[in-house]
Amino acid sequence: MDIKEYKNVYVFVEQREDKIQSVALELLGKARDLANSLNEKVVAMLLGDNVENKEELIAYGADEVLYVKDKLLTTYLTEPYTQAIYQIISSRKPSIVLFGATTIGRDLGPRLSARLHTGLTADCTKLEISDEKELLMTRPAFGGNLMATIKCSNHRPQMSTVRPGVMRKNDKDINRKGEINEFKVEFDSSKFLVEIIETVKAQDELVDISEAKVLISGGRGVGNKEGFKQLEKLAKVIGDKAEVSSSRAMVDAGIINHDRQVGQTGKTVRPDLYIACGISGAIQHLAGMEESDFIVAINKDKFAPIFQVSDLGIVCDVNKVIPLLTERLKKQ
Amino acid sequence: MNFDLTKEQALFQQMVREFSEKEVKPLAAEIDEEERFPIETIKKMAKIGLMGIPVPVEYGGAGGDNIMYTIAVEEISKFCATTGVALSAHTSLCIAPLLENGTEEQKKKYVPLLSSGEWIGAFGLTEPNAGTDAALQQTMAVEDGDNYILNGTKIFITNAGYANVYIIFAMTDKSKGNRGISAFIVEKGMPGFSIGKKEKKMGIRGSATCELIFENCIVPKENLLGKVGKGFKIAMKTLDGGRIGIASQALGIAQGAMDETVKYTKERKQFGRSIAKFQNTQFQLADLETKIQASRLLVRLAAFKKDRKLPFSSEAAMCKLYAAETAMEMTTKAVQFHGGYGYTREYPVERMMRDAKITEIYEGTSEVQRMVIAANLLK
Amino acid sequence: MKIVVCIKQVPNTTEIKINPETGTLIRDGVESIMNPDDKGGLEEALLLKDKYGAEITVITMGLPQADDILREALAMGADKAILLTDRKLGGADTLATSSALAAAIKQLDFDLVITGRQAIDGDTAQVGPQIAEHLGLPQVTYVENIEFDGKSTFKVKKSTEEGYQILKVNSPFVITVLATANKPRYMSVKGIVEVFHKEVEIWDFNRLCISEDKIGKKGSPTTVFKSFSRGAKAPGEMFEVGPEEAVGIIVSKLKEKYII
Repeated sequence: MDIKEYKNVYVFVEQREDKIQSVALELLGKARDLANSLNEKVVAMLLGDNVENKEELIAYGADEVLYVKDKLLTTYLTEPYTQAIYQIISSRKPSIVLFGATTIGRDLGPRLSARLHTGLTADCTKLEISDEKELLMTRPAFGGNLMATIKCSNHRPQMSTVRPGVMRKNDKDINRKGEINEFKVEFDSSKFLVEIIETVKAQDELVDISEAKVLISGGRGVGNKEGFKQLEKLAKVIGDKAEVSSSRAMVDAGIINHDRQVGQTGKTVRPDLYIACGISGAIQHLAGMEESDFIVAINKDKFAPIFQVSDLGIVCDVNKVIPLLTERLKKQ
Repeated sequence: MNFDLTKEQALFQQMVREFSEKEVKPLAAEIDEEERFPIETIKKMAKIGLMGIPVPVEYGGAGGDNIMYTIAVEEISKFCATTGVALSAHTSLCIAPLLENGTEEQKKKYVPLLSSGEWIGAFGLTEPNAGTDAALQQTMAVEDGDNYILNGTKIFITNAGYANVYIIFAMTDKSKGNRGISAFIVEKGMPGFSIGKKEKKMGIRGSATCELIFENCIVPKENLLGKVGKGFKIAMKTLDGGRIGIASQALGIAQGAMDETVKYTKERKQFGRSIAKFQNTQFQLADLETKIQASRLLVRLAAFKKDRKLPFSSEAAMCKLYAAETAMEMTTKAVQFHGGYGYTREYPVERMMRDAKITEIYEGTSEVQRMVIAANLLK
Repeated sequence: MKIVVCIKQVPNTTEIKINPETGTLIRDGVESIMNPDDKGGLEEALLLKDKYGAEITVITMGLPQADDILREALAMGADKAILLTDRKLGGADTLATSSALAAAIKQLDFDLVITGRQAIDGDTAQVGPQIAEHLGLPQVTYVENIEFDGKSTFKVKKSTEEGYQILKVNSPFVITVLATANKPRYMSVKGIVEVFHKEVEIWDFNRLCISEDKIGKKGSPTTVFKSFSRGAKAPGEMFEVGPEEAVGIIVSKLKEKYII
């Protein structure tokens, strides 16, 4: 493998039901930075059959869009997508490839990394170019208690996945110029051994907690449905911009729906105000909310790790504080 | 002399601890409040083999030892003494005498059903006039063709109503005093056997404690357990083993109360510091921790000897006596350390204190234990 | 049916506390456990065994003390256990780890390979799909449920951000399972009593047909350039007070920051 042959920053653009996902635009923003440092180009790889608004990709930072248009790619399946991206990478030889760390990205990225025999770094929170022109990928390690900067010095492409909400998309610039080109892929359909029988969207109204400005988040210290009702009351008093979210423990216990989970296996959020109620602050949870603007933590245990990231820490029984807080705010 | 648990015992402890934390703990307050028998927990315990721990595999048991059994009762009782005694009475007072005294047919008929937890066991010795003076049995058993006819009442019977098998003691020959008592295996549903009133108790309120009524109850002759006239001996030997179970229950209660107290005293602040920082707290807890550890060693010693078929009745009496008194002392102090909060049902320590008291009374009062220990010492 | 389940021994990172004075990890007393997603995977295998009969082999790549989780798996109902351990395998990134595991699994007879979605220490979710690629088998990730027609066709429920999909696939294939897929059973008492009489096969590097440059540090395209603690965020204020006072502090702070 001649490292020098590999150039340019490629982004896997995830689409679901023909709509380009926000994480792809965030990655384009970052790719633009990296490409600028390297004096190279940004290429967006888009797979699908009828994907809308491809020009947006240029507006958000791509110099070229490689569009693989095929019925087989309408909905994500591992093997068709892996074959397509593998062929693009083999022929184009990008130096860097970025994926969103979504269920699709985390299915596709590792499969590709093994097929290409190259390195993949998951859930990166920081990406930068070193003086030696290598990609430095920083991610949480040891369950998130430590940070590690990873390099992939002798293999190409250098690949990373990044969680939605971690990078910021650039401002949309409709005057940006770029090309949209079709890329033809030769599929080996004998390898297509998985079939989608049914796709089901969750029945209840799914909430997008990443849009909320204020999150009132409950953990084991809140513990049950009654406790969460108190949090809902508080959210109501604060108003429209407030939502209730939770730690993984409460989702696992069946008390809250997964769409409200904050953390490593849930959503990454950056609200203006995050109130952590009875949450100990397991590192997988912190990973999902520590970038919030102002963090208030209420927990009985003064050694709870949540206090390491809170701006205001209250050591007290959350079930006593929340109802009183709701009352006080009602009066204002 | 190795004081460590074996690898199996340690792995077993890990499993029972997780089980107790996840399945027993969440229901404990409700079980007490509603005076409800923890039938759903018993079903879960049955599924993983906890209802037949020290029973040989050939009779449907798990093939474990008595140390494992005491660990199970202790870990469960840390959170819920009611669930602990249900397990203890079932294992030590019903399965054990069947294994030790039953014919092959009786063992094959009853033990697998009990070990699997499909059936629950109980033991009926106590009567209105026969408590500590157990020999004063008034329940009569008269031969009648192929059966015995039982008449009388038993009181304070644990697991009553939920149990399918009851080891019942009755007088077959009044003239022989305690050598005229025999043991019988009575099944729920045998004609003339009914469950009487349920006791309203101070503690272990979820435990089903009822009267058993025998009115011309027909028990087939093949259900005689052991030989005629050997019933009293069987009862005493069974109670020796039962004492280890109750001692484990008391130990669990004491440990549970200690864990709560340690947690609370570290959190609670008065006069600018946590009350755990006061020497008054530290010294009292140090004494109690020593007693709990001593109780545990005595329980394990008795179980160890029983596993090796060595005489253990004195050790059983010692561990029951000591653990019960420790549990009573620990739980009383636990309430005291929790202050006003400890007196409310918001914290579990008042329940633990109410639960602890019975361990000084049933399966032989502390006075009886002292009699056993002294008799062995001074013989 | 023959099922291979990959499990990993991990420190219980969800229980790690941070010393409030120094900001460093309190590592003492953090127990090692079977990774939760892997346990979910093992339980799915056990459910298939209950329903259809199956032989389950659990395999782990780790230090000698990983024997603990293999015993736990056997006591839960797995039939065979393999401990893949060798200094040469150490220092591996996910690609090298998956290569070693795939090399071991290749030697076994199987219809289904199950791994957990991700481990709570690395959190990469990469090893499962990489094993599938090395074995050249189809994969389904984020699995919550498996149904089998009794012959060779499986219907697998895959969790997605919007809900779920049902996918159809024939054996052999690889799945990664979520801890939320099921409630793993407890070890049975009988299982525990017998477990230390069972043999755990110990495999070392020589047992694998793979070249040394594909495993361990040599086989790892990614390397750690540096690692560092997160660095203390400017410490926030902390108050240990009663509920009334707490509310007062919170409200005045929020007002100060123009949040309310």
